[in-house]
Amino acid sequence: MIDLNVNGSRLQAEVGKDTPLLWVLRDHLKLTGTKFGCGEGLCGACTVLIDGKPQRACITPVGDVLGATITTIEGIPENHPVKQAWLAQEVSQCGYCQPGQVVSAVALLAQKPKPNDADIDRAMSGNLCRCGTYGRIRRAIHVASGKPAAKGGKKS
Amino acid sequence: MTGDANMTRRQFIKTSALVSGGLVLACHLPFGRSTAEAAAQELFSPNAYLRIGRDGSVTVIVNKSEMGQGVYTSLPMLVAEELCCNWQKVTFRASPVAKEYNHALFGPIMVTGGSSSVRSEWQRLSLAGAAAREMLVTAAAQQWQVDPGSCRAENGFVISPGGARLSYGKLVDRAAQLPVPQTPKLKSGKPKLLGRPTKRLDSPAKINGRALFGIDVQAPGMLTAVIARPPVFGGKLITLNADKARALPGVRHVLSVEAGVAVVADDYWQALKGRELLEISWDEGKWGSISTETMHQEYAALARTPGLIARQEGDAATVLAKHPEKITALFELPYLAHATMEPLNCFVDLRKESCLIRTGSQMQTIDREAAARLTGLKPEQIEFETTFLGGGFGRRACPASDFVKEAVQVAMALRQPVKVIRSREDDMRAGYYRPMWYNRVEACLDNKGYPLAWHHRIVGQSIITGTPFESAMIKEGIDHTSVEGAADTPYRIPNLQVELHSPANGVPVLWWRSVGHSHTAFVMESVLDELAHQGGHDPYRYRRTLLAGHPRHQKVLQTAAEKAGWGKPLPAWRGRGIAIHESFGSIIAQVAEVLLDKSGAIKVHRVVCAVDCGRIVNPDTIKAQMESGIIFGLSAALYGAITFKNGRVEQGNFDSYPLIRMAAAPRIEVHIVASNEDPGGVGEPGVPPIAPAVANALFNLSGARLRSLPMTPDKVKAALDKG
Repeated sequence: MIDLNVNGSRLQAEVGKDTPLLWVLRDHLKLTGTKFGCGEGLCGACTVLIDGKPQRACITPVGDVLGATITTIEGIPENHPVKQAWLAQEVSQCGYCQPGQVVSAVALLAQKPKPNDADIDRAMSGNLCRCGTYGRIRRAIHVASGKPAAKGGKKS
Repeated sequence: MTGDANMTRRQFIKTSALVSGGLVLACHLPFGRSTAEAAAQELFSPNAYLRIGRDGSVTVIVNKSEMGQGVYTSLPMLVAEELCCNWQKVTFRASPVAKEYNHALFGPIMVTGGSSSVRSEWQRLSLAGAAAREMLVTAAAQQWQVDPGSCRAENGFVISPGGARLSYGKLVDRAAQLPVPQTPKLKSGKPKLLGRPTKRLDSPAKINGRALFGIDVQAPGMLTAVIARPPVFGGKLITLNADKARALPGVRHVLSVEAGVAVVADDYWQALKGRELLEISWDEGKWGSISTETMHQEYAALARTPGLIARQEGDAATVLAKHPEKITALFELPYLAHATMEPLNCFVDLRKESCLIRTGSQMQTIDREAAARLTGLKPEQIEFETTFLGGGFGRRACPASDFVKEAVQVAMALRQPVKVIRSREDDMRAGYYRPMWYNRVEACLDNKGYPLAWHHRIVGQSIITGTPFESAMIKEGIDHTSVEGAADTPYRIPNLQVELHSPANGVPVLWWRSVGHSHTAFVMESVLDELAHQGGHDPYRYRRTLLAGHPRHQKVLQTAAEKAGWGKPLPAWRGRGIAIHESFGSIIAQVAEVLLDKSGAIKVHRVVCAVDCGRIVNPDTIKAQMESGIIFGLSAALYGAITFKNGRVEQGNFDSYPLIRMAAAPRIEVHIVASNEDPGGVGEPGVPPIAPAVANALFNLSGARLRSLPMTPDKVKAALDKG
């Protein structure tokens, strides 16, 4: 039995310590907002915050995060500026990658409250979106940072 | 509008099963409210497509799968416009599988595809909303004892001639007693909702992690399975030693199934670890040696021989034989994976007399019938719930029902709820791809530099052969989906011949977002560009001239060119290219601006897109789908290739099958051309023009002409060295 601190609650699961955090969250704690996309840390769909830093839960053994503060998409308040900006910019399409995108954006803004486009490229290029919502994600991050959205996304 | 009016009226006939709440109780919600809560507040069910509760809430039952294209918003908008209800009170629900929810145009199956959702549902859902509105108005008029014709409906209220108001919620009891109008009248005047940017109804669930995708399905006692599959298509199991796998904690069963060897465990990770410990030998069958290289040679050889004729105007071969100057262009396009972000999966709970399947499917009727054949149950005994789809792009509309069948087969061996999940590598290697295509075009110009003859041979597998759609979609040997976009080109070409070879091999192929247009647009628009340059014409004006008699095409082309600043000078390091293509009832032109880095990598800086998709439901969805199609098409244009060696797929995950990421995403501007034509599709048509627009921009920048996709840095460098 392992103990985890997820979204402010102490949760327990009967898993081996080598089990990736992703599958502990999804299969054992039934927190299915964190998504499986690749299993190799290549797509970012499983991004969660570990002590505030974005991490790929699919390649993070649960044994490595036993004392840590874990925040998943379910733990980010619905009125968080990033989620509000996501709604205002109509970012989601199929929506599967969006929990990971939102978590990555929350981490970016916590670390850099007024990111420029290069910052966004760096922070968000680990998150794939097959629906191609990148332009809207960029706008939403700018809006969440308090900047008026530049039309069409990236500046030339 | 197309559509079968008789069929529409027939579907309005109330059936007791639907009205009694049987439908409501049989249907699981995609998220949120419990079924009991939903049933309690629903009362008025004038037809299969909407429910109005005593609280005035309107639930639209959507028969199309939500895979990003926005049908859970655009289809409710069609109902709400005619119902004259309060949009804030509208919610959606995925329909079950029943004949009422079959495709209005494609025949007796429930399917989402062909960019057809708005096109096929517009009339039916408008009439559904209008019928309910008429019943509510009549109910109010009866209460007031006035003529229904003197009352009007607005924003969820019926208003009497004297200005009295009754809310829909207060009217549902009375309305439910009324006969359903068989010929409801649509509203006249300006639409209130249609044509306005409207927020998607599914966004809050999606960004809060509440939206239920197939992979998220849980059930008491559920097990999770992964399948070890043969390394080549058509391979068969010879020997299996599962001792080590079975010894692993959490592994419950190891089963031989049609697809391979299923490892069933308490959770996904245990199943995956168990699979790694299997010792299996495979008979590789007859496809164990296929390779992309050999296929290319075979296709190229075929392209030098006559194929079946898909289109013939004039006599292209004779004109070309006599013409001193001609271009011969050979195009290679690879197999492509759909690579939906949500890997394929399916949940099955099989009982003695019933079965529950929960998955993200685009072709529910066919999947359910496949499950019925396997289990011996009647289709009606199988409840098929459509979850959200983490991307579809055609992959979840598989006539072979591969991902549903394998889950049903595992469930049959278990008699316990089970969810089969494909790892990313399974998803990429177990097949169904956009076919590999080889095209050969010979063309020549008249003395003014315009196309005189065009002889086009297309080589690639048919995606329709062997499916239930064969008799309807293959005519005289021609699979229309192989030649669409070429055989029906709108360009004025006096001598045009399009031929098709459809070789067979073991690679499973399927529609992939924009289907045949995904290859024909690249070929047509690249050759057109070459001819324009050869004839000494501006590529934009050249197209406009050749599209005489097609004013919608000309308008779209002009819009894209003007908005992109066509003709204005660019910095020396940037090139500009244009392409236009019609598909799924919509016309799209795109102008791409590209630059090159030292390695030969193309960077697409900006894309301007103009679209005429006829009458508009939700303009923001149209823009989003154009953006989406461009990025999707760009991944294929720059990176995408599934290749084979010794029968094995060489790619497996996003390192070997890369997709466009944030830093490589261009700035995209979408301009909607106003139109009163019948609605066209938007999910797919944004894809085809981007690859040729980029290739044409590369030519404009560097003089290098790439006819092989993807446009990788090594190919760009080779073309530059040659040029």
